[in-house]
Amino acid sequence: MEVTEKSGFYVYSDVELDKNEGIQIEALKTASQNSIPDPDRWLDEETQRNILLTSLDAILNWARRSSLWPVVCFPACCAFELIATAASRFDISRFGMEVIRASPRQADVMITAGTLTWKMAPNVRRIYEQMAEPKWVIAMGACAISGGTFAQSYSVVPGYNRIIPVDVYIPGCPPRPEALLHGIRMLHNKIAKQSIKQEAGK
Amino acid sequence: MTVALSGKEIAARLAKQFPGSIIEATGNTILVKADSLPEVAAFLKNAPDLSFDYLVSLTAVDYWDYFEVVYRLTSIPRNHSLVLKVRCQGRANLHLPSVTGLWRGADFQEREVYDLFGIAFDGHPNMKRIFMWEGFQGHPLRRDYL
Amino acid sequence: MVLKAEPFVVNLGPVHPSTHGVFRLRATLDGEVVVNIEPVIGYLHRGIEKLAEGRTYTQNIPFTDRLDYLASMSNNLAYCLAVEKLAGITVPERGDYLRVIMAELQRLASHLIAVGAFLNDCGAFMTPILYMLREREKILDHFEMVSGQRLTYAYMRIGGVSQDIPEEFLPALGKFVAGMPGYIDEYDGLIKENEIFLARTKGVGILPKDLAINISASGPVLRASGVKWDIRKADPYSVYDRFEFDIPTGTAGDCYDRYRVRVEEMRQSVRILQQAMAQIPKGKVRTEIPLTFRPPVGEAYGHVEAPKGELGFYLVSDGSIAPYRFHCRAPSLINLTALRDMMIGWKVADAIIIFGSIDICMGEVDR
Repeated sequence: MEVTEKSGFYVYSDVELDKNEGIQIEALKTASQNSIPDPDRWLDEETQRNILLTSLDAILNWARRSSLWPVVCFPACCAFELIATAASRFDISRFGMEVIRASPRQADVMITAGTLTWKMAPNVRRIYEQMAEPKWVIAMGACAISGGTFAQSYSVVPGYNRIIPVDVYIPGCPPRPEALLHGIRMLHNKIAKQSIKQEAGK
Repeated sequence: MTVALSGKEIAARLAKQFPGSIIEATGNTILVKADSLPEVAAFLKNAPDLSFDYLVSLTAVDYWDYFEVVYRLTSIPRNHSLVLKVRCQGRANLHLPSVTGLWRGADFQEREVYDLFGIAFDGHPNMKRIFMWEGFQGHPLRRDYL
Repeated sequence: MVLKAEPFVVNLGPVHPSTHGVFRLRATLDGEVVVNIEPVIGYLHRGIEKLAEGRTYTQNIPFTDRLDYLASMSNNLAYCLAVEKLAGITVPERGDYLRVIMAELQRLASHLIAVGAFLNDCGAFMTPILYMLREREKILDHFEMVSGQRLTYAYMRIGGVSQDIPEEFLPALGKFVAGMPGYIDEYDGLIKENEIFLARTKGVGILPKDLAINISASGPVLRASGVKWDIRKADPYSVYDRFEFDIPTGTAGDCYDRYRVRVEEMRQSVRILQQAMAQIPKGKVRTEIPLTFRPPVGEAYGHVEAPKGELGFYLVSDGSIAPYRFHCRAPSLINLTALRDMMIGWKVADAIIIFGSIDICMGEVDR
């Protein structure tokens, strides 16, 4: 390709640049007339190798407990231990739980981190009711279990179980992240024992 | 260091300006008659050598016979402080003039006192409960609320 | 073209990812523009002030932990100062130094969360806050070393602190303090000159100086508006008069300035920590007083510069073992007074940023 000399350095003209791009496009077009072979025979073999026999309960419970998405319900102090658990040091995503959903409709588990007051109670009940079945509740901390230090107060609900059914109770004020993780493992064990028959009969 | 102004000196000045407005003065505190609260407060805020432009806190105490509302004032340019107190006799239908016109920082705190003690502040733009829900019976921080 | 639309009401909260707790904002919108707001609070009103009237002075320390649960040490300190003023108790020098070290570490921890959550609201989703939680964990390790707790320490006692620090504490703190300026530069470098961040925060949610004073704002919110007011300098408590540090202030009073003030305050806290570690004397950490005691009849107000602003405790004693009145001057609640003025006229997305820049803690707002 020819180049023109202009003020000490070479500059390609527009015409030449266009021509050069055209040559590249033509070359690629000529070289790509046939599709790249993609043999898909292996698919059948893989499927044959991957058939697994299990019970419906086991596979369903495994799927359910491996990606429990918590809902945002962080009234008070325990929320910061929950956030610390979700952060990199304790890393709640090891249990497939890092997606903390703001919408209860996409969540499976409510971790009730903090004191519940009577003013807040209707909202928590509504969040619980908006969660899709199956759903679980972890009562985190003394306030969630019984009202804790604030149990005698005029405005505090003595325990979330007045409002919503609770599956796992984690004591502590606030519980350490390790305790929360232990509670989550307990919930996993509880889910593992559930049966689809029980749900139908419920 | 924030200088705690002498209540007696301020009270003497205020007594000259607004006769009969001061009930007593002790330490850093002056006790003002409820009716003369607005003009005393305005004077304390606007007098150039006092210029109490910052209302630190506003709260109430229940002493059974009366409620005492405590205004803690500080001047940021002059770095001195004073405590203003007002008494509210009786236990039902209590009213005090609001100071939100002078210090808007009193807004939420007056609502808090109304909610928890049942003292209504006249002239407050939005006098309603702040912490408890509408329909809650009683005022929790009163000593007789159990 | 102007589209005519009816104003409509949107509820933000009480359960909303951007409201930092159970805060509810009833906003009236005209299209996307906020025309009116009403903060609705009380969803975490636990009646601490009432409960405290039924417990002894020492038993109330754990309640103060749960007020501003992001800055428990500062709350402990403010309450203990108030009780000491009421009962005329002095603190040994080493105890004072330990209190300052804890309070400044707590300020670092609280500002890390404040800045991280604010950046989260700005759209820097998760990355900055995860960086900052990393350092917060290190600070929590130090607190755990002295008190055995991660969040609610109850470390300070009336007359000092509950126990002396273990011997590993100061070397570990020295290591942390040496590294911290580098970490602050790291976060700040990520965000400081980011075009999007500047566009979304500069000039947004301006709180003028006069208004900031008039609404009794305190802490970084007040200082970002250009008021040089810090209780540590204005009315020094504990041993703060022995340290050299600056009060960072803003000029415009916008969201960006509030962010800058917090970041600069973190650097000042590191300075105070370095000086305190060098000066800390040996000796007792606590004046021995009985667990239950009867202060004389009277009242006292103790205040500190907590991370969120001026935190004060107003105590009235009737000579019994429990306070007759226990009032907490909560900076978070009072800083919220300006919310209306700051938000009206801005879009909903800006309203979230303005709210985030105030840095509130619902435990303290509602008490």
